[in-house]
Amino acid sequence: MTIASLNNATQVELLTLYREMLLIRRFEEQCNALFLQGKIPSTLHLYIGQEAVAVGVCAALRPDDYVLGTHRPHGHALAKGVTSRSIMAELFGKVTGCCKAKGGSMHVGDMSVGMFPAIAIVGANAPIATGAALSAKMRGSGQVVVAFFGEGGANEGAVHEAMNMAAIWKLPVLFVCENNLYGASTPVSQIVAVENVADRAVAYGMPGVIVDGNDVLAVRDVTRTAVERARAGEGPSLIECKTYRLCGHSRSDACNYRTREEEAEWRDKDPLLRIKKLLTEETGLATLSDLEQVEAEVEAVLVDAIQFADESPEPAPEDALLHVFWEDK
Amino acid sequence: MAKMRYLQALRLAMTEEMERDPNVFIMGEEVGQYQGTYRVTEGLLNKFGDKRVVDTPISEIGIAGMATGAAMVGLRPVAEFMTWSFAMSAMDQLVNHAAKITYMSGGRIKCPVVFRGPAGVGTQLSAQHSHSLEAWFAHTPGFKVAMPATPEDAKGLLKTAIRDNNPVIFMEHAGLYGSSGEVSEDPDFTVPFGVAAVRREGKDISLIAYSKGVAMSLKAAEILEKDGISAEVIDLRTLVPLDMDTVVASIRKTHRAVVIQEEWRNAGFAAELATRIYEQAFDEMDAPIQRVAGADVPMPYAKNLERAAIPTEHDIVAAARRALS
Ligand SMILES: Cc1ncc(C[n+]2csc(CCOP(=O)(O)OP(=O)(O)O)c2C)c(N)n1
Repeated sequence: MTIASLNNATQVELLTLYREMLLIRRFEEQCNALFLQGKIPSTLHLYIGQEAVAVGVCAALRPDDYVLGTHRPHGHALAKGVTSRSIMAELFGKVTGCCKAKGGSMHVGDMSVGMFPAIAIVGANAPIATGAALSAKMRGSGQVVVAFFGEGGANEGAVHEAMNMAAIWKLPVLFVCENNLYGASTPVSQIVAVENVADRAVAYGMPGVIVDGNDVLAVRDVTRTAVERARAGEGPSLIECKTYRLCGHSRSDACNYRTREEEAEWRDKDPLLRIKKLLTEETGLATLSDLEQVEAEVEAVLVDAIQFADESPEPAPEDALLHVFWEDK
Repeated sequence: MAKMRYLQALRLAMTEEMERDPNVFIMGEEVGQYQGTYRVTEGLLNKFGDKRVVDTPISEIGIAGMATGAAMVGLRPVAEFMTWSFAMSAMDQLVNHAAKITYMSGGRIKCPVVFRGPAGVGTQLSAQHSHSLEAWFAHTPGFKVAMPATPEDAKGLLKTAIRDNNPVIFMEHAGLYGSSGEVSEDPDFTVPFGVAAVRREGKDISLIAYSKGVAMSLKAAEILEKDGISAEVIDLRTLVPLDMDTVVASIRKTHRAVVIQEEWRNAGFAAELATRIYEQAFDEMDAPIQRVAGADVPMPYAKNLERAAIPTEHDIVAAARRALS
């Protein structure tokens, strides 16, 4: 963590970032356990290890800015302010879920806090985000849009078209590539011939920034710069966050394609350990008991969310037929 | 003969055809080192090497277009879509190019490519991961469309697909991968396109289905039998070419029909089938054709909602009773 970015962060801000990252971590751990207990069906793509990206990016956004997530969207949604209750209820398939049990894990979102329902077709969110940015520009709303995608998603045609169009029309959109080194089981070296995904930015005519994706302050700072540019009408940026998924790709993944040594190395770089250390040993901004209090708060939020999800009613089967078309109220 | 699962039968078909013809190769996401998302290509990278089992980036346009281009100049690609839901990104390459090149070239260029992968619904993967879009492809002139219902057909039809000199849309049902049955181990065994199978003989009503609908129809036939209703079950095997002779022969016997598909009801393949039956055998019908299909909604997530959106054997039984009442 750089001292410069630290200077910009007060104790309250840092503790907030820590709390949000911890909430995502604990939320995902709970999801994993609930999946194994059979409370959560389908499949799950967990965000464990990448918390600093979503939290760092969203910390640089206004509440009315938009975020478009991926098939791995719980972290994006929580960081943008979707409630734990409504996400958990969605995962449980309950009518109180943020998509009324229609969407599930891969589509969580809540437009009231600027989180589009997540898009699970890899790369497909980039043009939609760019369209939202076009709208923001035409309406003169000053809003900025973020599209998250992986280094695997970076190779979809849709992403290229979106980046080019965003650049020629100087649209207020941030393309945030979460390079966690593997797209499902495939290592990045096999699917990208340049060293960094961000190196491609020059080809579109936008800034390409590489940042340590496990350093929440660094992520927040580069995002702030890109957001300022975007709001000033100077157009999009491509931000590549170097990170690692500290869990399997999906629930059925034993991670046989990577070594335990590599995993251990990245566990040492765990973004939560980093911010914890910063708060305590490095700056003394917080005591261990401060952190314990945050831990207790987060736990209380999750206990409540799980209870809420558990006790919420299922949708009525005939609800399956509702909402194909918009109905004026 | 050997007992094997549907996905093993698919693997065996590819193995045999790759051994037989050095121009056959596989490409797709996660097909090699990971051995296939559903393990269909397990062991093939080891056996054939990375020139013939090619792991691609997540680039469906590239996969579909490259397979098409390679097929136009000498190879016989078998391109895997991780699921057919992801093939939609590649629709232009498929529909505007693969399906049309032979026609646009005045019959001078052949395009022997197989596009295969799982389709279908059933594990709460919700709206963007539950597609089976056979009607889109059957609608497009230039594609052959195969949808195997049994392990033996999975093998025999895939071998025919690989040997065919046209683009073949090969839709497997993810819900059938684990099903097992007797499969011929003869490398010369194939199942021809355009020949439906009568899976169960009956005289009162024809249940006409394909893919997973066949197993549902067989279950429905058992339930109907308890009421003394004798149902004939027809497995179309391929939608293009479509074996109307077998269908019409069955109608001549039973005079009643239920047409079954899992995909969306509106403008689906069952509508085409029903129309053709009316065109060719209207005078034989004693009752309107009944249609069983998925609800016209994006697939919902919650178990009970998903259940409400997809057809079951009970819907087939109810439809048969309507046709017989
Ligand atoms: C168009 C499309 N192709 C394939 C998939 C299946 N799929 C889901 S996630 C994934 C890997 C994505 O890798 P990456 O973009 O790097 O994101 P990560 O999973 O690492 O977060 C794949 C291939 C999909 N959902 N959509």
